[in-house]
Amino acid sequence: MGTGSRSVIILEELTAVVLLTLMGAAAIGIARQRNLFGVVMLGGIYSFLMATVLVVLDAVDVAMTEAAVGAGISTVLLLGAIHLTGGTESKPIHRPWLPLFVVAVTGAMLVYGTLGLPAFSDPKAPIHQHVAPRYLTEGPEKTGVPNVVTAVLASYRSFDTLGETFVVFTAGIGVIALLRRRTPRRPREHDQEDRKS
Amino acid sequence: MRLDIILRVIAKLLIPFALVFALYVQFHGDFGPGGGFQAGVIVAASVIFYALIYGLPAARRVVPDALVEILLAVGVLIYAGVGVIGLLLGGNYLDYFVLAGDPVHGQHRGILWVELGVLITVAAVMLKVFYVFAGRRRDAGEGGE
Repeated sequence: MGTGSRSVIILEELTAVVLLTLMGAAAIGIARQRNLFGVVMLGGIYSFLMATVLVVLDAVDVAMTEAAVGAGISTVLLLGAIHLTGGTESKPIHRPWLPLFVVAVTGAMLVYGTLGLPAFSDPKAPIHQHVAPRYLTEGPEKTGVPNVVTAVLASYRSFDTLGETFVVFTAGIGVIALLRRRTPRRPREHDQEDRKS
Repeated sequence: MRLDIILRVIAKLLIPFALVFALYVQFHGDFGPGGGFQAGVIVAASVIFYALIYGLPAARRVVPDALVEILLAVGVLIYAGVGVIGLLLGGNYLDYFVLAGDPVHGQHRGILWVELGVLITVAAVMLKVFYVFAGRRRDAGEGGE
């Protein structure tokens, strides 16, 4: 049992490392690629790899969302945007050294910040001591919902989820306000009206 | 145009299963992974899939714009309405315990309705965003290029 569970942990870590390496490769590919169709495809691959990493971390709910939104719908929307704007990225005007320096320093500071955090999945970490034990022990019997993610999301943290739903709603309204045409007209007419205004 | 018959047949086969899977994700979210957000995205994705294969006008005939815009608000209203019902039944806002005689049953009922609201809003927003993106012509870019 002991050696078995240890080999499972090693296998999980190996899978995570391989997936993260592939994600790094995809990110470098995205940064180097000038063809935006390729960038969108690599972005989809990146999202699928992220979803797989989340499955390895046992966060199946998030993985499902990432696969459906990140790899599915975002890719379709970005392809639609490329269709409207054109398929190649223009050459940058500025040299990349200053942004690279800022990104490197910020990244180094973030990595330095993680050194102060408790070890990954440490049960004694403060975040696992606060309300999480109550949710885990009381949740199933109080809400009658065995999936603790659903219990926290829809019951304990219902106000947050209401806010999130409003955020999604507001985003949709914003996109409609920006992009919707008031009346379906002939494209010619519409063109001319655009030019007049 | 005739060459896409494989895509059309496969899409016709897959879309019902995608929709049933969305319902499974929605109603099984209490027991396994899933819930309103995921199910909503899957519903939207299956309609988008239909639009990609059969064309945007066909998808707009199946799920009209007006319906999507109404559903956009209906989801949020259902969610907020569950809270108001809680108030009317003598509890706090979004208090599910008062929704049924048995507190656990009330929780179940509240979560069910709330997740339904999330499903409707998320599916409608995703679909609407796709519609307005895909419905735009390239006319603005044509002059510039």
